[in-house]
Amino acid sequence: MRALTVGLGRRVHAGISEFGYASLLFFEGLYWLLAGPFRRQPVRLSAIAAEMVNIGVSAIPIVCVLAFANGVMMALQGIYTLKDFGAEAQVIPGLGYSITREFGALIVGIVVAGRSGSAIAARIGAMQMSQEIDALRVMGIHPVRYLVSPLLLGMMVMVPVLTVLADAAALSGGGLLCVMQLHMSFGAFWDAVLAVLVPWDFLQGLLKSLVFAVLITLVGVTNGFMAEGGADGLGRITTRSVVLCIAAIIVADMIFTFFLSR
Amino acid sequence: MTRVQDSDEAVVEVEGLVAAYGDRRILHGVDFRVARGEIRVIMGGSGSGKSTLLRHLLGLERPRAGTVRLFGKDIHRLPSGALQALRRRIGVSFQGGALFNSMTVLENVMFPLREHTRLDERTMRIMARMKMEVVNLAGFDDLLPAQLSGGMIKRAALARALVMDPQLLFFDEPSAGLDPVVSAELDELILRLRDTLGITIVVVTHELDSAFKIADTITVLDRGRILMTGPREAVRTADDARIQALLNRRPEALQVDPQEYLERLTRMN
Ligand SMILES: Nc1ncnc2c1ncn2[C@@H]1O[C@H](COP(=O)(O)OP(=O)(O)OP(=O)(O)O)[C@@H](O)[C@H]1O
Ligand SMILES: [Mg+2]
Repeated sequence: MRALTVGLGRRVHAGISEFGYASLLFFEGLYWLLAGPFRRQPVRLSAIAAEMVNIGVSAIPIVCVLAFANGVMMALQGIYTLKDFGAEAQVIPGLGYSITREFGALIVGIVVAGRSGSAIAARIGAMQMSQEIDALRVMGIHPVRYLVSPLLLGMMVMVPVLTVLADAAALSGGGLLCVMQLHMSFGAFWDAVLAVLVPWDFLQGLLKSLVFAVLITLVGVTNGFMAEGGADGLGRITTRSVVLCIAAIIVADMIFTFFLSR
Repeated sequence: MTRVQDSDEAVVEVEGLVAAYGDRRILHGVDFRVARGEIRVIMGGSGSGKSTLLRHLLGLERPRAGTVRLFGKDIHRLPSGALQALRRRIGVSFQGGALFNSMTVLENVMFPLREHTRLDERTMRIMARMKMEVVNLAGFDDLLPAQLSGGMIKRAALARALVMDPQLLFFDEPSAGLDPVVSAELDELILRLRDTLGITIVVVTHELDSAFKIADTITVLDRGRILMTGPREAVRTADDARIQALLNRRPEALQVDPQEYLERLTRMN
């Protein structure tokens, strides 16, 4: 019993200090983005561009495919359910709201968590273990400025961009089903969707995606910097990073939705 | 022992340094100083705390007590901007090289220039290649660290440490794991660097041959305490039993109290 409480206490303590460390990295990352040029340690545009390609551009195909498929599924389920009430046409606003407010960002979040959450942790973890981070520090190069800031900015730009794409792809998928099942034209579907949506619907999704971007970055870099041990340590933190990223995204999404839909 | 140097000439000054990981104390109050242009070897058995000492000298760990001054400045009290400026005058070659694995050798060597100077690409390339010539790595520009041998990694790390023309160089285990010829080459290189450029060099090693060949002065570290600091001849002829045990590789003399030994073996955590 005592061992149990002590163990629990230790875990809570570790969790809190990890959270604190992640927040510190967040503010330091922002700090270098803003103050770097004045301290003669600017965050390199080339580094930011490289991260944006890594995180964003190469994720476009998979994001589009998954979002499209998700749109098709939601339309199918919606039409099937609403048919009983003879209200199939109501599937269109349903699709519009849930995709823009919710699923576009969520799909992107999960894809980016799987691709980049693990990759970030693995890359920084490997650098930590081979003393590359120490090498940066003794050269007078702040590791947060060099490694975290470009990632943070790249993520905060690319995840919302991907979310716009995912919204478009998912709505197209849903639209395709409506065209086939409800015997309407594609143009008419888009008119109907855009008639019910207001900018705030898109904005909700984009705000969420911005939060997801920060969460994925922080979970990845925190796990990377805390890496120790050999190859199995690296395996452990990459797995942990992906699981924590996805958990953080879903919990954040729930909290967000709770407050935004009141 | 012998104090070789004046205080105003000291490049490295350590006073009362206490280091610990968690509850485990590794260094129990270490004092020493290294004068400008000196080659100091820090020697000691495996696990005696050499790398730990080095990490504290580099400001990678915070000491529990005591001070570390480099070029007269307390590195653990310095504001971060000043510390980063100070670090540009210091080169470090880590035990495992710590080359950036995603960059080629040339990019690794150019990296400090790229980050700290506004030179154009061609100039940086020339400067990096000059340092690679110095360490006999000419022509290996495009290899990745994974494609290098152990000796080449050490030399590439040295080239990177030298590229900003540091006034102080730290070198962890230059010859560990290398064949005698390559390690002798590195020793020559260290001596040449001091003689031609006047760099102050602190080398951590447990290789005796190499230590006595390059050192002006030697600090002997043993279980987190300094046994002695002095010119290499004084260390070679010191009559301290543990120093002689270390020098003559006599393990039995290192074994201490039989009672304590028995207790260690039979302890139940
Ligand atoms: N990160 C760490 N956390 C906890 N203990 C550590 C850590 N690094 C080193 N130690 C401990 O500190 C002691 C001194 O280690 P250190 O690496 O300084 O020895 P060393 O003299 O460099 O040995 P070697 O010649 O084998 O490199 C060892 O007992 C080691 O277990
Ligand atoms: Mg060591």
